[in-house]
Amino acid sequence: MHNKSVAELSRELESGKVSSVELAQQFLDRIKQQDGQFNSFISVTEDQALTDAKAADEQRAAGNATPWTGIPFAHKDIFCTSGVRTTCGSRMLENFVPPYNATVTENFRKAGAVCLGKTNMDEFAMGSSNESSHFGPVTNPWGLSKGEKRVPGGSSGGSAAAVAARLVPAATATDTGGSIRQPAALCGVTGLKPTYGRVSRYGMIAFASSLDQGGAMARTAEDNALMLNVMAGFDPKDSTSVDRAVPDYTATLNEPLKGLRIGLPKEYFSDQLSPAMEEQVRSAVKEYEKLGATVQEVSLPNAKLAIAAYYVIAPAEASANLSRFDGVRYGYRCEDPKDLMDLYTRTRAEGFGTEVKRRILVGTYALSAGYFDAYYLKAQKVRRLIQQDFINAFKEVDVLMSPTTPSPAFAQGEKTSDPVTMYLEDIFTIAVNLAGVPAMSVPAGFVDGLPVGLQIIGNYFDEARLLNAAHQFQQVTDWHQREPQ
Amino acid sequence: MTISREDIEKVAVLARIRVDDEQVSALENDLGNILDLVDQLSAADTDAVEPLAHPLDAVQRLRPDEVTETNQREAFQAIAPATENGLYLVPRVIE
Repeated sequence: MHNKSVAELSRELESGKVSSVELAQQFLDRIKQQDGQFNSFISVTEDQALTDAKAADEQRAAGNATPWTGIPFAHKDIFCTSGVRTTCGSRMLENFVPPYNATVTENFRKAGAVCLGKTNMDEFAMGSSNESSHFGPVTNPWGLSKGEKRVPGGSSGGSAAAVAARLVPAATATDTGGSIRQPAALCGVTGLKPTYGRVSRYGMIAFASSLDQGGAMARTAEDNALMLNVMAGFDPKDSTSVDRAVPDYTATLNEPLKGLRIGLPKEYFSDQLSPAMEEQVRSAVKEYEKLGATVQEVSLPNAKLAIAAYYVIAPAEASANLSRFDGVRYGYRCEDPKDLMDLYTRTRAEGFGTEVKRRILVGTYALSAGYFDAYYLKAQKVRRLIQQDFINAFKEVDVLMSPTTPSPAFAQGEKTSDPVTMYLEDIFTIAVNLAGVPAMSVPAGFVDGLPVGLQIIGNYFDEARLLNAAHQFQQVTDWHQREPQ
Repeated sequence: MTISREDIEKVAVLARIRVDDEQVSALENDLGNILDLVDQLSAADTDAVEPLAHPLDAVQRLRPDEVTETNQREAFQAIAPATENGLYLVPRVIE
């Protein structure tokens, strides 16, 4: 049962071959038996899950089932869950029990899905290896059988590892600079970052508000479509949510790809990319040509500036967002503060980890008097140049394809000594967030026994086309079905 | 790009994060490297370019000025580190 997709499990439940309670118990048992080696969960909510599964069985018996009724899944521990601890991977929120649900949480709850727990992540979603979590690193299921301890990517590393290890068929995730696509690529699963504004950010703990976007992780594109059907939609509680009709993303999965125009950004096939990775990505593109797509080279001339612009904008927004953690209203508070300043400065020094503090300091510097124009305003101008590159490219082609990452999963500890080395891990994913367009990562081969991700980038609100392209690829390849030993 | 010890101490105060003396040199190095990376921006010609704050250039939505939320003070204060009589407690500010 653990190898089945959400779509398949939904049919099993509908036919009565299995109950929601049985399904929840099976996956909970797998988590208990196996997660010791991955550390992909921060909290497992067994009692609540079994209660919810029982309610789901009752809903189904009453004839009120949705495709998600009784489906087990997990939330990244960045989505607030009422009454269930939500840590964001930080000591600051180690004991934080939110008094409300995120809109995404609420949407899955209303659809009848059964949340089994909260997945591990880089602290406040800042990282590309899941090594900055206060709750310890996550280990990638790939490579473990050879005794290798590799990173799952980040920041949604727990969600990616849990889906890859078949501990859950699907998990929510978030992406500010690549945090869905990069871990999806490194763990061999399928992930979708929607258009900025497509999925509500309400109750999704903020990192960089003009870049953050919630999205999906599962093994198949079809399951990503099922997830987006539940997650997408206008939310008056999110000031940047977009009021625009939500299509049924599963309805167009089987459209033929004949005539699809694919652009390969030449800047993403550069020397940073290893020849073995390039070979895998190019053969995936060949599959698309067999399916009737046409391929041409395009250029994103300002893409090379994306990391620089991002490391001004994201830390600047983070420094403002994370100012709310003051030791007064909720979260961690230091022992015996001697005055108010001591309360603030020690609470934040002790509650935040190294990478989070580094980014708050960079962001504070970039926004401080005398530097605002040179850094923040300049980065926002470059951001428009990057956006314009995408707008121009989508005048010529329907989708862009590239590797998701420059190399496969690296070893734990390999990139932790210098923050900039870690930042360069997101070299192919970050421009997408600055432009706000949607993108996916789809399993597309292996290098040295480790998964390779194909990134597919779409125009604004073109998620259905991305999912269609990914689904058709998955009808003629089986990379997404490979299971780590 | 170098960032001085004094800069780091100043920024740490602005950010309300205590930085111990032994952490300053590591931060000088790390922040210096990050600012080196960021300095690539200065090469870009952005003379006639408008800054982009929101990918869809959306503006803030407005709503009628009506009370829509109910008071949930007790639920919110239940998770606070210290409260008394419905107020948040902090160390004494005024002697």
